[in-house]
Amino acid sequence: MTELTTNSTAFVDRLRTLETKLPALQANALSRFLYLGFPEISNEEWRFTDVSKLAGADYANPLTTIEADLSYIEANRYELILAAEAAIQPAADATSVILFNGLPVAGEDQDPALGVSIRYLSSADSAAGEIADTESNPFTALNAALFPGTLQITATAGAALEQPIEVVLISGHAGSSAPRITSPRIVIQAGENSQLTIVETYISLGSGTSLTNTVTEALVSRSAIVDHYRVNDEAKSSWHVSALAAALDASSVFSSHSINLGAAIIRNEATALLRGEHAECTLNGLSLGDGDRLIDNHTSIDHASANCNSHEVYKAILNDRSRGVFNGKIFVRLDAQKTDAKQTNKTLLLSPEARVDTKPQLEILADDVKCTHGATIGQLDPSQVFYLRSRGLSEGEARRLLTYAFAGDIVLRLKVERLQTALDERLRVWLA
Amino acid sequence: MALLEIKGLHAAVDGREILKGIDLTVNAGETHAIMGLNGSGKSTLANVLAGRDAYEVTGGSVIYDGKDLLELEPEERACEGLFLAFQYPVEIPGVNNTYFLKAALNAKRKYHGQPELTAVEFLGLVKEKLKILHIDQSLLNRPVNEGFSGGEKKRNEIFQMAVLNPKLAILDETDSGLDIDAIRAVADGVNALRSPERATIVVTHYQRLLNYIVPDFVHVLLHGEIVASGGKELALKLEKEGYAWLEQDLAGAAR
Ligand SMILES: Nc1ncnc2c1ncn2[C@@H]1O[C@H](COP(=O)(O)OP(=O)(O)O)[C@@H](O)[C@H]1O
Ligand SMILES: [Mg+2]
Repeated sequence: MTELTTNSTAFVDRLRTLETKLPALQANALSRFLYLGFPEISNEEWRFTDVSKLAGADYANPLTTIEADLSYIEANRYELILAAEAAIQPAADATSVILFNGLPVAGEDQDPALGVSIRYLSSADSAAGEIADTESNPFTALNAALFPGTLQITATAGAALEQPIEVVLISGHAGSSAPRITSPRIVIQAGENSQLTIVETYISLGSGTSLTNTVTEALVSRSAIVDHYRVNDEAKSSWHVSALAAALDASSVFSSHSINLGAAIIRNEATALLRGEHAECTLNGLSLGDGDRLIDNHTSIDHASANCNSHEVYKAILNDRSRGVFNGKIFVRLDAQKTDAKQTNKTLLLSPEARVDTKPQLEILADDVKCTHGATIGQLDPSQVFYLRSRGLSEGEARRLLTYAFAGDIVLRLKVERLQTALDERLRVWLA
Repeated sequence: MALLEIKGLHAAVDGREILKGIDLTVNAGETHAIMGLNGSGKSTLANVLAGRDAYEVTGGSVIYDGKDLLELEPEERACEGLFLAFQYPVEIPGVNNTYFLKAALNAKRKYHGQPELTAVEFLGLVKEKLKILHIDQSLLNRPVNEGFSGGEKKRNEIFQMAVLNPKLAILDETDSGLDIDAIRAVADGVNALRSPERATIVVTHYQRLLNYIVPDFVHVLLHGEIVASGGKELALKLEKEGYAWLEQDLAGAAR
């Protein structure tokens, strides 16, 4: 049964016709999406992020485009590989996987010794939404309805992969000009005591209207260590919605860094469930906004077990008329004693027309906990600018140096050397 | 021609007049001391000379090295050889001290059409200056002034001065809060710069620094005006008698 949603567009109408064509699980997810509808700004969770443009686009039928994409990949595999390599310049011994509109291009089906497997499973063979929130997040429900398959990265117990697994997610129109919606899905399963580093890099091929609606789930078993990075460098004509859902078992360590450089609108939702004791979770982010871009980071850390730590540092540098949104939820449940949670959000506004809306949201039920949060919003400090100028640096140089310094601590936290170098360079170019 | 010639300088902060007609001439080769009670406008004068835009110049002129100083941007003043050691140096987290100093030195070199120093040349210069000033090398790898003690900040100012090698150095209470060894190190740094082409203005509360940096002239700044000028013996008189006699003179003159 489907209830009518308020937003009835050509695309939503098209989705309604798909309900009977999808396998049961996907059809369920689709009805959930049709029930929830694209979010509107009256929804508290979407108050500052107006997605009406992206909700109103007349996307091509997502089922028929899968066929077209598959033949496009067949014919252009080499070009796609080159595009991915140009974007990330991976280390020689890195493992890379390439997806085009959520479909496999190269790198899957590997079993490199070391107990790590990278496989692409069709949507029929992969359960959608084990931990991601398909119930209340409309975009996650939509992804669960439309995803063409799952990139599944699995580390068996005790496996330790030193080199990062580089996943490049390319979105493109494959020759057609209709707006595209793509629904990539990644599942990371880190077995007990395993160690994995995964970098997701999102890029665009061409510059047509497109919405990337991506979901990543990470299941981090007891004592496993997972470092996750997501870099958005999509074209300015792209919209990007992502959900990252991580579940941390006892004594596991999970980190995710969100680096936002591209796309017109970005909405990231990172959620971590700390469900075993002594788990440690880090969520960091750096966003560079310019033009009219909007970058929205929603994070949610659920301390469901005692003795867990979480650290969060989100920074944004906003220029021109760009906008930033940060919402950081921290839940500490009744029996999650000895929780240590720290959240920091800092925004540097480089232009009088840039703005940010930031909101920490702490809900603490346990009594023996340490939770701190802090948000700062500001311009460059004129006395710092003057100090540098009084030593001979031009005003531009002084401002660049101070802006770079603002972002620097996030850059230094990236443990993948390639990423650190790339972001450092990117920052310098962006600031020049 | 004088290195610095200040005539009838008036300056205001937030619409309130702080400097009320300063006249001061500093020739190359000279060392001048400016003394005066707190709040009399010494730092205001120093900051106006360095080009801080929070201070509005409402009258008068400043000729520095043949140029209209007030027309120059702060960085142009720095590149032309003016250096202010701040009374309260600001902390700049995330900016490495060495990186900053190298950028400053190279900006100055570029301004004068000189090539940038190589990393080796720069490090050689920096180490030499650290040694002269008895400053620990660990200072180099720290963010500019971040978490520095008061004394460390002052030393860092003098260190920057030594590396940038200014033509006119203005030290704004660099001796405040320093122990006697540190004061000696500061004085060594200043005295090493002394030459017939350079000049120094030392703003201080205490005659004690002037035992080590012996001034050619001492000026007293009170309520935004220079109310007395003399030789180094003026500093000794102020130390003994305080400023009350000058306040009385000022009140008498006003009557
Ligand atoms: N940035 C400023 N904003 C407002 N008032 C200031 C500022 N700087 C100085 N003043 C005021 O100007 C006067 C002179 O201050 P200052 O130049 O710092 O004196 P000194 O260095 O001789 O102690 C004081 O009354 C002080 O409060
Ligand atoms: Mg002062």
